[in-house]
Amino acid sequence: MMTPSKTYVRFDWLIIFIYLALVIVGWLNIYSASLSDNAQGFFDFSQIYGKQMIWMGLSVVLIIFVLALEAKFYENYASIIYIASVLSLAGLFIFGKTIAGATAWYDLGGFSIQPSEFAKAATALALSKYVSDIQTNLKDFKDQLAALILLAIPVILILLQPDPGSVLIYAAFIFPLYREGLHGVYLFVGVGAAVLFVATLAFGGIWTAAGVTLIAAFQFYRKRKARVNIFNYITVIGVCLLFIFSVSYIFNNVFKQHHRDRFNIVLGKEVDSRGIGYNTNQSEIAVSNGGWLGKGWTQGTQTKGNFVPEQHTDYIFSTVGEEWGFIGSLVVVLLFVGLITRIIYRAEKQKNQFSRIYGYSVAAILFLHFFVNIGMVLGIFPTVGIPLPFISYGGSALWGFTILLFIFVKLDAVNSHY
Amino acid sequence: MRKLALLILVLLSGVLFIARLFYLQIYDASPESLTQNSAIKVVYDYPQRGYMFDRNMELLVSNQPSYDVMVVPREVKPLDTLEFCSLLKITKEEFKEILRKARIYSPRLPSVVIPQLNKADFASLSEKMYKYEGFYIQRRSLRDYQVDHSANVMGYIAEVNNAIIKENPYYQMGELIGTAGVEKQYEEVLRGVKGVKYIQRDRFNREIGPYKDGIFDTLPERGKDIQLTIDATLQKYGQELMVNKRGGIVAIEPDSGEILALITAPSYDPSLLVGRNRSKNFTKLWYDTISKPLYDRVLMGEYPPGSPFKALTALIGLQEGAIEMDDIISCTGGYHFGRRVLRCHHRGPVAMVSGIARSCNTYFCTVYKRVMDSYPTPQDGIDAWRSDLMSFGLGDYLGYDLPTGRRGNIPTSAYYNKIHKYPEHRWSSLATISNAIGQGEVLLTPIQMANFTAAIANRGYYYTPHVIKNIIGPDTIPQKFKEKQHTKVKPEYFEPVVEGMFQVYENGTASSIRVPGIEVCGKTGTAENFTRIDGKRVQLTDHSIFVAFAPKDNPKIAISVFVENGYWGSRWAGRIAGLMIEKYLKGEITRTDMEKYVLEGSLEEEYAKQYSGKPFTINR
Repeated sequence: MMTPSKTYVRFDWLIIFIYLALVIVGWLNIYSASLSDNAQGFFDFSQIYGKQMIWMGLSVVLIIFVLALEAKFYENYASIIYIASVLSLAGLFIFGKTIAGATAWYDLGGFSIQPSEFAKAATALALSKYVSDIQTNLKDFKDQLAALILLAIPVILILLQPDPGSVLIYAAFIFPLYREGLHGVYLFVGVGAAVLFVATLAFGGIWTAAGVTLIAAFQFYRKRKARVNIFNYITVIGVCLLFIFSVSYIFNNVFKQHHRDRFNIVLGKEVDSRGIGYNTNQSEIAVSNGGWLGKGWTQGTQTKGNFVPEQHTDYIFSTVGEEWGFIGSLVVVLLFVGLITRIIYRAEKQKNQFSRIYGYSVAAILFLHFFVNIGMVLGIFPTVGIPLPFISYGGSALWGFTILLFIFVKLDAVNSHY
Repeated sequence: MRKLALLILVLLSGVLFIARLFYLQIYDASPESLTQNSAIKVVYDYPQRGYMFDRNMELLVSNQPSYDVMVVPREVKPLDTLEFCSLLKITKEEFKEILRKARIYSPRLPSVVIPQLNKADFASLSEKMYKYEGFYIQRRSLRDYQVDHSANVMGYIAEVNNAIIKENPYYQMGELIGTAGVEKQYEEVLRGVKGVKYIQRDRFNREIGPYKDGIFDTLPERGKDIQLTIDATLQKYGQELMVNKRGGIVAIEPDSGEILALITAPSYDPSLLVGRNRSKNFTKLWYDTISKPLYDRVLMGEYPPGSPFKALTALIGLQEGAIEMDDIISCTGGYHFGRRVLRCHHRGPVAMVSGIARSCNTYFCTVYKRVMDSYPTPQDGIDAWRSDLMSFGLGDYLGYDLPTGRRGNIPTSAYYNKIHKYPEHRWSSLATISNAIGQGEVLLTPIQMANFTAAIANRGYYYTPHVIKNIIGPDTIPQKFKEKQHTKVKPEYFEPVVEGMFQVYENGTASSIRVPGIEVCGKTGTAENFTRIDGKRVQLTDHSIFVAFAPKDNPKIAISVFVENGYWGSRWAGRIAGLMIEKYLKGEITRTDMEKYVLEGSLEEEYAKQYSGKPFTINR
């Protein structure tokens, strides 16, 4: 009986297949959402869908490159990659290009590169490396703090651009950390902070604070017989209020108006000419237009009339809903669920901890994008502008996700049990 | 748990999204409607409404173009309100109110600002419309009446209201729909199908071309023309005869059920309900609660039929075997029962033919009583009698093709049980004896009276009366109008009754109003009637009633005439019936004395009595 040698390479074709399916679905929908009268066929590279085709082509090159490197390379050079990524984020403050209020791009002549899309993979590598280190113990407060700082550096740099949507994604790292032994209370605090953050921006500091206080008071009243120390409650409320008001204060006093506009566009407030909820409303209309089988490719009326803002990027799923209907949307949702669960399944099969943590990070990052983006399009999550992986238009996003995913494919191919 | 947390969240999110998608796309998705879609602009092209012709293809109503000023509130841009208002000939306040209402109805859908502009207004306005964004002129077609009669038959069209729009999504605000008469009954035949164009718009409301290259667009389809059974000449003549009288005339062709004339009086000129004064005129007609011009007395009026009903009593007597044709009954000037007497204006022995000719109350009360007594209980008797009557189309809607009507009343045994408090109190057949002579509880509409007359003329069957003769174009009239409706009375029993009705003219109650050269069979009627004045029951002058058919053999016309408070049968109704028959069969009038009497006569004084507030005498 033959045992697999260390150099035995076995790619997970299911992951690769789902990746290809999502990218192709993405291009078809970008084509429909961006089709205009002066388009010159499928291969018109001046059009958005033509550019996406170039990004897709270059992704193949990236994939080959990522898979060609030794698996050990990613583990050994994780720190270098991380530092390079942080420098690229920091460099934005000097060389960056500002688009729509956010200084998030490097202008490379014909096109722009958004380093925050690559920072996710770099951070995932660095965190995996640090946590898998034999000396790291996640039960130890010092090590927890170190991991937090590792995450905080890119988070702060991205927050200052400002790009709150991308920041939100870093919450995903709570899942690999929890998997590796972090106390459950952090998961709770992390989720709580995310909720408070969005709520504060969406509903305002005062209302969110009032809501938190009310919920806490109600909880205390319910448990009044259990003789719970009232000071615990006061501490929790105090921390929450402090968090809410610092988010609110930074937003209103530290940020300049164009920063706030950016937030408000993202949150669907003020700048939106037809009132709060226009985006969500239009995308919901587009989705419900679909019915069972959809209106057919390039036949969506909401899509054609450009009623949904940012439809080829963040709202691309509304095109899926309108033109491919319930069945098409179901397939896309199932592809994502299939991809993420497959990654989790493969991550659990990893022989070394580094690959496992990295796999979990990939799954969690993809999950958060999937959840926030589709949740937003379907009107069950506040408007936060982040792309739908592999489907939304954008070179940096596509490349970022491609690198993120294929590093894991490579690690999985050489390190896993079968 | 640590291994499962993310996995569970992923699966839960998947389920949540699928549920939400199902809700949005399947469960909550309103039926796919292009008109509800904000990305699609819908433009309608209205077809011409079908014409109406009379039975001789004389044109009754055609169309004229009309122009409505419409508004889509969402698209209105700031405008020079004063100038626009002066063009529209309305005040600024009125304009604002109209816009406010339009916005409440729908910001996206068009509403009417000014309906039915005349040509002059249209010309001056149309060249300036480009200045007012959100407003436009919609061409429609309006009715153009060629005749001033038959308003009750043709009916009218009106703007749809919100209730209609909700019930029938075909209609949009400002569109017209038939709301009475033939216009209502044959709405879908007459209206045709409007054409529709779908235009794709972008989010700035700019039109970016036909939706899906126009594959859903349709051309308008012209409404179909309708040929009515009405004879315009007869209808016009009947309306002239009924001037200054209230009541109506129904004439039916017995061997087809076609309604030759359907006249209610007073009526109105159908042109009143067209154009900008429509609403003013309609209000005036609607609130005329004394002469009720919009009330179709021949379809809606339930009257005691009086003596013409005796013909039915006779037929049922023969059918039920209660009497033989030659049975002689001697009249002593009234029918005595208990301590009461139902008086009769004649004396002497009568048989069936002479009984009808002389309209002997005693004879028919006797016949009725015998019919009732041939059953074990008076209840059984009433129900058998009712069942015979219903086979003549009485006591229920006749099934004709006009949208209004009444059942009339042929009482049931349950009805009498109730009013006499059976079983604590018993009642005998004598309690219902007034029914024998068409008084009592029996009520008929004039069209039901014309219909039973047609059934007698046919000796035992009738066709459901109808006003539709032909739909011009590939369409057919309902099959039910071509099926014989047989009465429960055997054909051979009709001959003596027909003979009696013939004798009415020869030596009976209508001998003075004979029509020369035509063998007419008829029956006079004089019906007592009451009203309430200040809560008191007050008797009014008797109704003048007449039913007739002619000629006696192979009848061409059956007619019922009802003149409210016309005193006695032959005085008004009999004369009118004779004139109508002569007009229809000969095309000219020989009894000009009778014609003059009717045309010049007026009952307005009689009708004014009950509203005068003074005591008055009746039957004078």
